[in-house]
Amino acid sequence: MKKISNEVFDRLTDSTISGDTLIIKLHKYLNDVTTAELWNSYSEFFRKNEITTIIIEAKNVEFCNGLGIALLYNFKRNANIFNKVFEIKNLRKEYLALLSNFENLTIHTPQEVISSKPDISVENIGKIVEDKINHLEKTIEFIGEVSSGFINFFQNPIKNIRWSEVFHIMEKSGVDAIFLSALIGFLFGLIMSFQSAIPMQRFGAEVFVANLVSLSLFRELGPLMTAIILAGRTGSSFAAEIGTMKVNEELDALTTMGLNPISYLVLPRLLAIMIVSPLLTIILNFFGLIGSCTVLLSFGYPVVTFINQATRSVTLFDLGGGLFKSIIFGLLIAGIGCISGIQTKEGAQAVGESTTKAVVNGIIIISITDGIFSVVFYILGI
Amino acid sequence: MESIIQVNNLYVTLGGQQILNNVTFEVKKGEIFVILGGSGCGKSTLMKTMIGLLQPISGNILIEGQDIHDPNEDLHNKILRKFGVMYQQGALFGSLNLLENVALPLREFTSLNQDAIELISTMKLKLVGLENFTYHMPSEISGGMKKRAAIARAMALDPDILFLDEPSAGLDPITSEELDNLIISLSKNLGITFIVVSHELPSIYTIADRVIMLDKRIKTIIATGNPQDLKINSTDKWVKQFFNRKGSNI
Repeated sequence: MKKISNEVFDRLTDSTISGDTLIIKLHKYLNDVTTAELWNSYSEFFRKNEITTIIIEAKNVEFCNGLGIALLYNFKRNANIFNKVFEIKNLRKEYLALLSNFENLTIHTPQEVISSKPDISVENIGKIVEDKINHLEKTIEFIGEVSSGFINFFQNPIKNIRWSEVFHIMEKSGVDAIFLSALIGFLFGLIMSFQSAIPMQRFGAEVFVANLVSLSLFRELGPLMTAIILAGRTGSSFAAEIGTMKVNEELDALTTMGLNPISYLVLPRLLAIMIVSPLLTIILNFFGLIGSCTVLLSFGYPVVTFINQATRSVTLFDLGGGLFKSIIFGLLIAGIGCISGIQTKEGAQAVGESTTKAVVNGIIIISITDGIFSVVFYILGI
Repeated sequence: MESIIQVNNLYVTLGGQQILNNVTFEVKKGEIFVILGGSGCGKSTLMKTMIGLLQPISGNILIEGQDIHDPNEDLHNKILRKFGVMYQQGALFGSLNLLENVALPLREFTSLNQDAIELISTMKLKLVGLENFTYHMPSEISGGMKKRAAIARAMALDPDILFLDEPSAGLDPITSEELDNLIISLSKNLGITFIVVSHELPSIYTIADRVIMLDKRIKTIIATGNPQDLKINSTDKWVKQFFNRKGSNI
């Protein structure tokens, strides 16, 4: 009979090898600490060819929790795997009863093994294409329902929309965003003017900073920055709000009550954002001009010069074109936010995914649409 | 039987409104103890206070002699390890499968290796009859299965005490009975003490060793004892009405 050479086993058990038999005498406690240590160190004995029999002597075990039972079960399981004769001796009746619960335990393996290689099987490609087609179908369906809702709305604008909800959303996404729009507009005008004034000063052309900033703000940057603010602030909130309603089956409840979720939830949001988006653009533009004017003042030009330069460079078409763009951007942001919410799957994680999707898709679509507008305005000579 | 939980003179308010007043009782080790009462009587508030989620205005709760609201964080965490909780809707993490849900506390609070954690989690799921659903997501299983999986997760660290909030609510009678049998078998085989919040009479009669009944009007306990005894012997009008399923005449 010889002692085994294993630090953990020496400390936590009195184990010996006698011929081809390993006898593991367990100590008093089989709790989470002792179990964790034994679990990591016993497997070498089960692999040894010269050991054919393993006996667990459990006479001294006074405390054994679920983790200890799992260890005993795993001794038994490994003994079977390595074809050893296995026996547990003198284990208390109550612990034996617990162990017997797992006699016919089936251990399953994950159904889907995550592979680092992309799955390019025909089946997988087909599934991806099918998903994309389904998504496209749902988007077209959504656009159709929204269009139909708008036609319905124009037939009786007073009755066919919940104006109280529209005003409430306008307050949340418009009034509450005034400070942010003003701040970003001011800083934007200030930074842009300052960065362009320094090189232009070399040519004595710093006064034309007013032309540059006002034109770019009114035509491009005002609507674009407002749209980005709305996508981050409002589009995400629409997606999270409607997504949570979807998860809580509130959308189903609306449908079964005979209320169309598109008319009830989406249309007021679209309309509210289409109204507040140009208003916020005007505020952002105005504060952008103040920021720009501040820089020119610091270069020694009077306010009247700035106003003259700005009014000379910007036409009503520039202003109108910018505001028209911001209405379309608002429509897109609200639409993307709402559709992301409606397409939310199950669970809290899905709501987070929808929110991210609303912001990312919103910004991408706005950028693409802005590019299209630039080309169209150029062709039309606006 | 020795006492495992002592609730002493508990006074709890929510939003300035008094919910519980002078609630005192004790739970014995190994028993299935049911907190019952009509809707809005403060059952869930009492449970939330017992598990440390709500702070009482006065009174205390001792779990194995230690105050659950102990300001010492280490001590508080040690007390938290003594019990597991099953919430009314299961509260399983939607982004994790059942095995990962059960494995989470094992991973966070033990030094077991991955193989051990997976085996132990599977064994816990086997105890609640879900060993064939280990890789299912919570959204793919029924309400009853979610509750059973939540019990498996609550048992992951072998707590002495399990709190169950309305385990039978929203379940069909067969699933509800299966869950009752599971509670009885876990109590018998593992010696776990159960504190169950419920107002489902058939379930209470099946599982409860002892009950306390809370009353909405006086915000305290109006009856304590075995449910069958209370049904037959109680002289209190409200207790009799409750156990005989009779409302007030309108």
